[in-house]
Amino acid sequence: MTDTTSLPAGPLIKGKLSRDDLIMRGGMMVIALYLVVTLAFPLWAMLSKSFSTYRIELSQYEFQVSDDNGVFSGTILNGTQLNTETGAYTDQELSTGSDGRLSVTPFFPDFSFRSPVMYRIRNTVPDGRFLIGSNLQKGTDWVVLDSNTFRRVQLRPVKATGIENFANYFSTPALFNSVKNSIWIAIVSTIITVTLAFWFAYALNRSCMRFKGMFRLVAMAPILVPSLLPGIALVYLFGNQGMLKELLFGASIYGPIGIVIGSVFFTFPHAFLIISTALAISDARLYEAASSLRSTPWRTFWTVTIPGARYGLISAAFVVFNLVITDFGLPKVIGGQFNVLAVDIYKQVIGQQNFEMGAVVSVVLVVPAILAFAIDRLVQSKQVALLSARSVPYRPKSNPKTDRIMLIYCSMVALFIVGMLAVCQFAALIKFWPYDLSLSLNNYQFDKMDGGGWGSYFNSIKMALLTAVIGTSIIFFGAYLVEKSNGFKTGRALFQMFAMLPMAIPGMVLGLAYIFFFNNPSNPLNAIYGTMAILVICSVTHFYTVSHLTAVTALKQMDTEFESVSASLKQPTMKLFARVTVPVCLPAILDISIYLFVNAMTTVSAVVFLYSPKTTLASIAVLNMDDAGDIAPAAAMGMMIFYTNAAARILHLIASKGILSRTQAWRSR
Amino acid sequence: MLKKTSPGDLYLSIQDLWKAFGEFLALRDISLDINEGEFICFLGPSGCGKTTLLRAIAGLDLQTKGTVMQDGKDVSNLPPSERDFGIVFQSYALFPNLTIEKNIAFGLENTGRSKSEIAVRVAELLNLVGLPDQGSKYPAQLSGGQQQRIALARAIATNPGLLLLDEPLSALDAKVRVHLRHEIKELQRKLGVTTVMVTHDQEEALAMADRIVVMNHGVIEQVGTPTEIYRHPANLFVADFIGEMNQLPAVAGDAETLELGGSILKCEPHSLQKGNRIVAAVRPEDIIPHGEGARSPDAPDVITTPENAFEVLITEMEFLGSFWRCRLSHQTFGARELIGDFSINAVRRLGLEAGEQMMIELPRNRLMAFTPAEEG
Repeated sequence: MTDTTSLPAGPLIKGKLSRDDLIMRGGMMVIALYLVVTLAFPLWAMLSKSFSTYRIELSQYEFQVSDDNGVFSGTILNGTQLNTETGAYTDQELSTGSDGRLSVTPFFPDFSFRSPVMYRIRNTVPDGRFLIGSNLQKGTDWVVLDSNTFRRVQLRPVKATGIENFANYFSTPALFNSVKNSIWIAIVSTIITVTLAFWFAYALNRSCMRFKGMFRLVAMAPILVPSLLPGIALVYLFGNQGMLKELLFGASIYGPIGIVIGSVFFTFPHAFLIISTALAISDARLYEAASSLRSTPWRTFWTVTIPGARYGLISAAFVVFNLVITDFGLPKVIGGQFNVLAVDIYKQVIGQQNFEMGAVVSVVLVVPAILAFAIDRLVQSKQVALLSARSVPYRPKSNPKTDRIMLIYCSMVALFIVGMLAVCQFAALIKFWPYDLSLSLNNYQFDKMDGGGWGSYFNSIKMALLTAVIGTSIIFFGAYLVEKSNGFKTGRALFQMFAMLPMAIPGMVLGLAYIFFFNNPSNPLNAIYGTMAILVICSVTHFYTVSHLTAVTALKQMDTEFESVSASLKQPTMKLFARVTVPVCLPAILDISIYLFVNAMTTVSAVVFLYSPKTTLASIAVLNMDDAGDIAPAAAMGMMIFYTNAAARILHLIASKGILSRTQAWRSR
Repeated sequence: MLKKTSPGDLYLSIQDLWKAFGEFLALRDISLDINEGEFICFLGPSGCGKTTLLRAIAGLDLQTKGTVMQDGKDVSNLPPSERDFGIVFQSYALFPNLTIEKNIAFGLENTGRSKSEIAVRVAELLNLVGLPDQGSKYPAQLSGGQQQRIALARAIATNPGLLLLDEPLSALDAKVRVHLRHEIKELQRKLGVTTVMVTHDQEEALAMADRIVVMNHGVIEQVGTPTEIYRHPANLFVADFIGEMNQLPAVAGDAETLELGGSILKCEPHSLQKGNRIVAAVRPEDIIPHGEGARSPDAPDVITTPENAFEVLITEMEFLGSFWRCRLSHQTFGARELIGDFSINAVRRLGLEAGEQMMIELPRNRLMAFTPAEEG
């Protein structure tokens, strides 16, 4: 008998790839390449930027001064030596950015541009660089200049790799404080939001109060507006001329208070959705067991309800934390002098043109974001394991007293949400708060303001539509390929990893990374910089992960043997994809597209570095008009985004119903 | 498709097939020949490798080593789309958004057939599986059994040379299952298509297969017709897995005897070393009840003791509808009890009752000797 305990030696079977295998692998490579180019490369460019230091190396330059007749006979002077003697520049002034320039005349206290004295300057090393006017001088030859030209000489920095930028960052309290501020704000907002959202979700899932559908709608409303809109509402409510300013008892809304209130507003729907899902899957049998053991409601709450929803709560907490710490729009509008990381990036890049420091802050911001993201993923994978096919759905029993308390509570939360939106709408329609309260549409004449006018609104719609169409196609097809292709395990695992990465990358960081990567003249993709294309690409990549997960969830519900059957019938997989997979997954595909549309309409952080005068966007216009003091038009534009998204949602609902009733007839028995 | 073989010829040949999942060997040195037109069942407990073997034949999960020859052609490394087979899965895998007609027509498209030809073929197939007017419905509107028939129709639409059935009846109710297995067998006979079916249900395999391949732990334990497998199991695993089997520790005797608790019993010929510890096995329905003793038809008044007879105590009787199941104890069996299935008739005639003594016979041509499991 032959040995059957171990595989005999000899060559293994190597499968021949079918045409379909090749097509699917090819497609997967293309989409993986898309993710590499639009995500990995820019992030790499940013990381290397954060470690790039620029310094004027004075020792690399030599100078000589002539006598009044232009004869060079004096000593040759070294730059370092000159600086020590004259004390012209401090050491800190020599550390600079990539655009750093240093004038040399301060080295010569008796310099006068009218003097007949001539100057010579040269590099001591071949790759030393200095400018005469705008001409770059390299090489070690002496250049003779008259004094009038000499004052136009500027030394250029030398690039090196090192951690000086980080050292600099952490030793500058003004910058470093933002880390504390950001984390502090994120923690406070997380605690408040999760608590509020938990009771709201609890009321909707575990009580028999009325108007549940309406409350659900209201809770989701903040998703439809840019995160900076609540900031504008707060300015009107509690700002220097606010309607309810007295309620703050002298405290200023510009700062942590404003950021926290606004963050609670815009993160509420995210927390509510997650916690609501967790509460909805609770098993009624546990409650029956608890009541048969005569447990008090309070005890049941702590031993059954909370443990059942714990993963939801943890997950919601990390999602909210991540949203708050990476948000840019809200602290920009209402943060005042209170610095946070996301705004620091903006200030460094737009305000001070210090790209290296912007990259450093970005790296600092990515750390908590990735940490929060990783913990959330870990927790969510556990949540799935809780579901069991035998669970019995919990049906709440009516209890007039608790139902009334819940109704009052939910009404208050709803009032908060609707109130914020109403204030914005009100502000948009008032002629001139608080002096002329008559109604007018003046604030909608965006063309008279900064920010790109109505053009930016239509740009936004165009951008959101393109993002929805292109993004949905790429993401769904990519998810299909990675879910349903055979073999190629390493490639698929890598693809999955890339698809998860965007969620961990804050929008500001992605936007900045795009500058470094796409604005590099030596990049062949440089042409898309400043076009609509880069905005669409950035948005698709930024919102890739959630869409990908939606697609994967839908695809996992498809019978795994469809592809096998199709292959046995000798039909191309792409035919199966078009005839079966796409129609069956249509609900998920529509969900992905509306998600991409709404987010592309409201996003600020990812595109704030990337728009050009021709491609201004509505959300950016809100930011810029607010910056310019045109707060009422900013509110008006913000509400335009809200109405557009609401309309898109309704359209999506009608379209889904229409398409589904036609294409999903098979679902009904 | 033009076939080179005719019924009875070798159609599918598997040689020295291995499948490894990392360190785990799911299939170990499998060799098997299947003839044209045969209905073969792969039978075994879950995890024995039967589905893995089927998927290797289909090319859905390639084997690690070994060759698969189909219709004289080496298909070992070909992808499924370049092989010639139709397949039916336990889940039916019907495309939910396509009507029954479109499902069946799926494989007929792009094959050079005109629309009307396809329509004719689809109608023919619907007739064949007995669902002629369900063509415009969606799969979800049909019952499980009907869906499985549609899946079958779709699989045979293109006249494949090989039909693979992966636990096709497992998801169905017991009644539907029995009904459908007759239909599938009938259809297979009519079409004469070589068929391989994977099942863990021995009754299904016994009822449907021309030959059964019993598998365990990635190896083939026995290949044979249903009666061969049932009557002459090759080893204790097969004996135990198929049907029910009483097992008693015993010692091997001469070629046709074994020793059980001190008595020498005549048994089926075996090749076990005399004196070795063995397992004596007999099926419950093969035990012959004798009441107080056997009566010869020639001399009905004389009570004789048959060979291999035991005077046993009936400890328990269980009524199972068509027969009685009796637990029988005897000091030679030790703590173990023998299970005997006796017809209602015999129980009535012999007046058997729990707590009473009775005489049983372990017929010599039904008493088998096997090597104990831990050594195999």
